Amino acid sequence: MSACPTTEGADGFIRNLSGIKDRWGATRNRVAPFFLKANMTLKTTPLNAAHRAMGAKMVDFGGWDMPVNYGSQIDEHHQVRNDVGMFDVSHMRVVDVKGIRVRAFLRYLLANNADKITLPGKALYSAMLQPEGGVIDDLIIYFMTEEWFRIVVNAGTADKDIAWMKQQAATHAPQLTITSRDDLAMVAIQGPNARAKVWQVLPQIKSSTEVLQNFQAADCGEYFVARTGYTGEDGFEVMLPKEKVEIFWYALNKAGVKPIGLGARDTLRLEAGMNLYGQDMDETINPLEAGMAWTVDLKSDRNFIGKAALLANTPTRKLVGLVLLDRGVLRSHQKIQTAQGEGEITSGSFSPTLEKSIALARVPNGVQIGDTVQVSIRDKMLAAQVVKYPFARNGKRCI
Amino acid sequence: MSNPGNLKYTASHEWVKTEVDGTITIGITQHAQELLGDMVFVEAPAVGRKLKAKEECAVVESVKAAADVYAPVSGEVIAANSELDSAPERINSDPYAAWIFKIKPDNLADVAALLDAAVYQALVDSEAH
Repeated sequence: MSACPTTEGADGFIRNLSGIKDRWGATRNRVAPFFLKANMTLKTTPLNAAHRAMGAKMVDFGGWDMPVNYGSQIDEHHQVRNDVGMFDVSHMRVVDVKGIRVRAFLRYLLANNADKITLPGKALYSAMLQPEGGVIDDLIIYFMTEEWFRIVVNAGTADKDIAWMKQQAATHAPQLTITSRDDLAMVAIQGPNARAKVWQVLPQIKSSTEVLQNFQAADCGEYFVARTGYTGEDGFEVMLPKEKVEIFWYALNKAGVKPIGLGARDTLRLEAGMNLYGQDMDETINPLEAGMAWTVDLKSDRNFIGKAALLANTPTRKLVGLVLLDRGVLRSHQKIQTAQGEGEITSGSFSPTLEKSIALARVPNGVQIGDTVQVSIRDKMLAAQVVKYPFARNGKRCI
Repeated sequence: MSNPGNLKYTASHEWVKTEVDGTITIGITQHAQELLGDMVFVEAPAVGRKLKAKEECAVVESVKAAADVYAPVSGEVIAANSELDSAPERINSDPYAAWIFKIKPDNLADVAALLDAAVYQALVDSEAH
């Protein structure tokens, strides 16, 4: 038996957690171990020892030694949809942009319009584009004050992102300081009971965080608490000093919050219809062909990096949801046949909530919700239905 | 869970049980199911199919990965476990009971040449470090 490894290379994302054999290429027939060798060069978060103590299976996740699960990935998935779970997301990078006229710089840097967030703490999801229109990264910005915006970027792209931001700032906003907050760790507590558990562990932050709307953060001194996440459930993402995170993690666990690995994080975000950078989009993909039109502000007369390219290139493809009608599992990179031409799955897995295989797929624009398409899986063509995603959020099926 | 001493094993993580009638039953090992995680789909080979040793003949898929299962020896498929169609998770809960397919080997001596439990365990241990 051989399988896709649960690791991934240069782009640093968990492609192979939902990967498929055609990514194996020539190596797929060899009889080889598919788990990871000990690798002394892997980066670790401050919770590494805690993960191991809690029985995590660790994998190489884009150069980070991270927990893929602590037992059953499906149980962990349901745990978050139905109750609460916690994720170590300390590999993601917090970047603070400070100085005069931060907002004006972000208006130019990002595809979404920083002017949309005026309430302190309010967050905005955006793509950061190349001049040619490809997606450098997707990120969340938090408006704290007119002289401080916080940005959270993906782990695998962090160094590239920060270099790009600094390069742009050198030309357009040299007065700004852009600081990678390598002193911070981050824990996501997600699920319908997530906020209550956080308040149980940190009662001192309750008054300042119970007023938070969805997609809003509060700076509570050592704890920066955001009502955001990557699961389609309510909850908080808490940024805190690295040296405090292990105590916080164990306190949450003592309060009944179970640890959840990156495997369940992938199926939760897929059910919630959230893109994964490096898989659903990257530098070669127009965000308008990656289901990101809602985050790209082309209406205002504001100029931003990549705008001219987006206006010059009419999208010919779009991202849709698929539900497999036959038996099997949809995986990224499987080819799709539609009446309008070829498409490709960008993310696919088994949905624990729907108990069916689901996927995000890039298909020709003419494909409609309700169409049946054919997916090439190994030597067979299997039927899948085109659906409007998300597939599941807030503990419930959406389709 | 230790690997049963009455079974034979392959370096590609299949277990092989020789039945009294000279046929063999094949599944994947405890180590393999643990690496793959929660099983969600099993595709066994068609009954009657002639297999060569080390040929890909079945697929097991967990939430996170797809994996080939190889024929441990040459022979003809005589049965496939259809119970796994609706309950693939049995491979996780009891890998040495959740068989995937059965073969009538061309040459029973090929089976004797497979790994025994101790050698297989040593292989697993060496791969883990």
